[in-house]
Amino acid sequence: MTNFLPIDFLLTAGCAWLVIGLLGLVAPRNTQLISKMLFPLGALVGVGVGLVALDALGGPAQTAVLAIGLPDLPFHLRLDNLSAVFALLLGFVAAGISIYAAGYFRKGEGTAPGLMCLQYHFFLASMLMVLLADDAYAFMVAWESMALSSFFLVTTDHKHEEIRRAGYLYLLIAHIGAIGILLCFGVMTGGMGGGGGDYSFAGMRAQDLSPFWASAAFLLALAGFGAKAGLVPLHVWLPEAHPAAPSPVSAMMSGVMLKTAIYGLLRVSFDLLHSTLWWWGVVALVIGLATALFGVLYSTVQNDMKRLLAYSSIENIGLITVGIGLTLVFHAYRMEGLAALAMTAVLYHGLAHAGFKSLLFLCTGSVLHATRERSLGKLGGLIHRMPWVAWLALAGVIASAGLPPLSGFVSEWLLLQSFLFSPGLPHPWLNMVVPVAAALVVLVAALAGFAMVKFYGIIFLGQMREPALKDAHDAGPWEKAGLAWLALITLLLGVLPSTVILRIDAATRQLLGTGLADKLNENGWWMLAPISAERASYEPLIVLVTIAAMLLLVRWLVRHLYHGRVRRTTAWDCGYHFEGPRAQDTAEGFSQPIRRIFEPMFRMERHFPTARDVKPYYSVKVEDHFWHWCYLPVARAAGWVSTLIVTLQGGRIAVYLMYSFITLLLLLLVARP
Amino acid sequence: MSASIPFSAQLINLFAAVILLLAFAMLAQRRLPQLINLFALQGGALCLATLVAAVTTGQVHLYYSAGLTLALKVLLLPWILHRLVRQLKVKGEVEALINIPTTMLVGIVLVMVAFNVALPISELSHTITRGTLGIALAVVMLAFLMMITRQKAITQVVGFLSMENGLFLAATSATYGMPMVVELGIALDVLVGVIILGVFFFQIRDQFDSLDIRHMEKLKDN
Repeated sequence: MTNFLPIDFLLTAGCAWLVIGLLGLVAPRNTQLISKMLFPLGALVGVGVGLVALDALGGPAQTAVLAIGLPDLPFHLRLDNLSAVFALLLGFVAAGISIYAAGYFRKGEGTAPGLMCLQYHFFLASMLMVLLADDAYAFMVAWESMALSSFFLVTTDHKHEEIRRAGYLYLLIAHIGAIGILLCFGVMTGGMGGGGGDYSFAGMRAQDLSPFWASAAFLLALAGFGAKAGLVPLHVWLPEAHPAAPSPVSAMMSGVMLKTAIYGLLRVSFDLLHSTLWWWGVVALVIGLATALFGVLYSTVQNDMKRLLAYSSIENIGLITVGIGLTLVFHAYRMEGLAALAMTAVLYHGLAHAGFKSLLFLCTGSVLHATRERSLGKLGGLIHRMPWVAWLALAGVIASAGLPPLSGFVSEWLLLQSFLFSPGLPHPWLNMVVPVAAALVVLVAALAGFAMVKFYGIIFLGQMREPALKDAHDAGPWEKAGLAWLALITLLLGVLPSTVILRIDAATRQLLGTGLADKLNENGWWMLAPISAERASYEPLIVLVTIAAMLLLVRWLVRHLYHGRVRRTTAWDCGYHFEGPRAQDTAEGFSQPIRRIFEPMFRMERHFPTARDVKPYYSVKVEDHFWHWCYLPVARAAGWVSTLIVTLQGGRIAVYLMYSFITLLLLLLVARP
Repeated sequence: MSASIPFSAQLINLFAAVILLLAFAMLAQRRLPQLINLFALQGGALCLATLVAAVTTGQVHLYYSAGLTLALKVLLLPWILHRLVRQLKVKGEVEALINIPTTMLVGIVLVMVAFNVALPISELSHTITRGTLGIALAVVMLAFLMMITRQKAITQVVGFLSMENGLFLAATSATYGMPMVVELGIALDVLVGVIILGVFFFQIRDQFDSLDIRHMEKLKDN
């Protein structure tokens, strides 16, 4: 046991997840056993994975060969710094979600809890395998297991028509993406002559691809992983699948699964391909910006709390892709220091988003359990009934809005810092275009803040819009623990950026050859100055202490210098206390300015009441342009082609066999040597 | 000329000829249980041919192939098919869409085509079994013809299995068999296929009170 390497531990952890999942099948209806024993055990394994990955960071890469799979095609596994960063993310976030799930799954809801437990832990294990895979075969097997297990998790409530539809859409796009990835690997093995055909990642690294084929591989990877990550225009599954799934599953998919796609994109574009072209970065930058802008605009106008978060995930994935694009541009021009800065922003935003978005999704789960309501228009004032959830959600909201001192601010700040250095690029067009991109990123950040204010304000603040909300109860102890764990991650990522960056710097160093560690070591752990302290620095602790001091000061001033009495009165009545909760700003009303300003970006169906209406009502439905531009034409074309094919389909088997027979004969006669 | 062909190759050619003859016999056979017996015999001949090739060349995996053929195509599948025929109470007669003498004539033409096509390929091959490639191709085509001209669903399955025999013979004759993995995979596919089709037979019979495939034309859309 002296050589029990981290990779062996991670493999054991994966197996442990599988075993926990299978144990769920022993007594599939025993909710007590499954939720109070198996899910917490899974959470423990998650913490273990996180700690081991943390320990493995900065160490040498470790490999292993598993003798499973097809004969002569063993699974190659490898744990390097890039996988370790994502395994760290997977482990710690999964721990929080598993603890929460221990309190979340109740009796008699959809799938039997035992089956749920199996699917959930299988999902975790397959994501771990994706991170460890070191050949195309193992990667695709793990990737597809991940897609399938998450498909079954999404369709937990398969009795509803729209959930089945969401699951189908998800599976369809997951497969389109998988085809892209498969083709990408095929290109990278160098199968077109020249002694290629080695399917392991080591073999792909050794291939020397021509610029044309390298670009083809990159674009295929961008499309394939983009489908999983939710990049425009392959994002349509995401706002359907995330609301359909149970909240811990949405949290897992949004927080962790989307990151595996980012992992894949990083793996292909920086590790497996080594001759970067500058325009790859521009493509990623443009697609990322489009995704971010699209995601944030749609998230501001959603009225379903989980859809709002799903669109916000699209936005965050867009920002990460923008960072990847910027890294590619810098890397192509050999400006490795700046590339390292952008790469750090990418990895950091991945970690931050995993923490705060899972936190927010879990909070919506608690709200959903307490109120059975997911439409923002019927919530409100829940901070009085659910103080724990409300305060923990506030951490997620602040991070998601990119405000100091929490995690979202650090990564967005790093991203903008790297934009500020783009004028150094030796390319006139890029010099002009990249600042525009920076401005758009700032717009996205501001709109994200707007969406988060809407999310938090409408759900937790103000008055209760429905009388039934008075019966809402706070989350149970397991749920609170899970939420608190994720909030802690968000806080630590926000307050200790230098410490975290020093750990994940190993991954940047592995991919780009240089990192930020030297710069950071010049200053103390409390100060983040990625380029130089004179140019820009951020001291999160000082911000935190200042905010806390201001709050205490204001409280003291209000209590002691002002009249000192606490008056209780209805909130938001503007001095006119006859207004009921119905007079509050609605979810639709809140986002009306955005709908007005960005009108061409939405496809809206509005109904306004007129003076003659017997039952006047107002409704607005916002739809996705992409659905009408990209997907429906494809569907119509497929339908048209099918009607042509129906004429061939006479229904007689003998005739069908005849078709193949004649084809065979003709081919044999034509293809004679 | 025949002196230059080694004894083992002559044996293999003999078995291959038997397989071709059995294929014709299957094309002409009207009764279902006998058809299945002929299929079992064909499998037996295939097994012997593979065994001779194995003894001559000393390739270990050919022994496995021969064993697999014996277990699957001579014993297991005919047994399953016989059971199906008994359980489904199919009448013994096989009805053909085209009458049998015409089918036989078409079959002879197909054999000529197959030999003509296979000739240049077998000249490229260096195995002792290369002469049988034309026969293998002919068996595939005859089996295909049987699938086209018969009406009962079970005869189509037998045709499908017989086609697999032909493919197997082709693989053995051209390259001493496929890699073991592929062979195992195909064997499993065939087995599972027959089991699934067996289930389908019951469904079809329940639906139409008959196994006549002409009824399935009704299943078409619009």
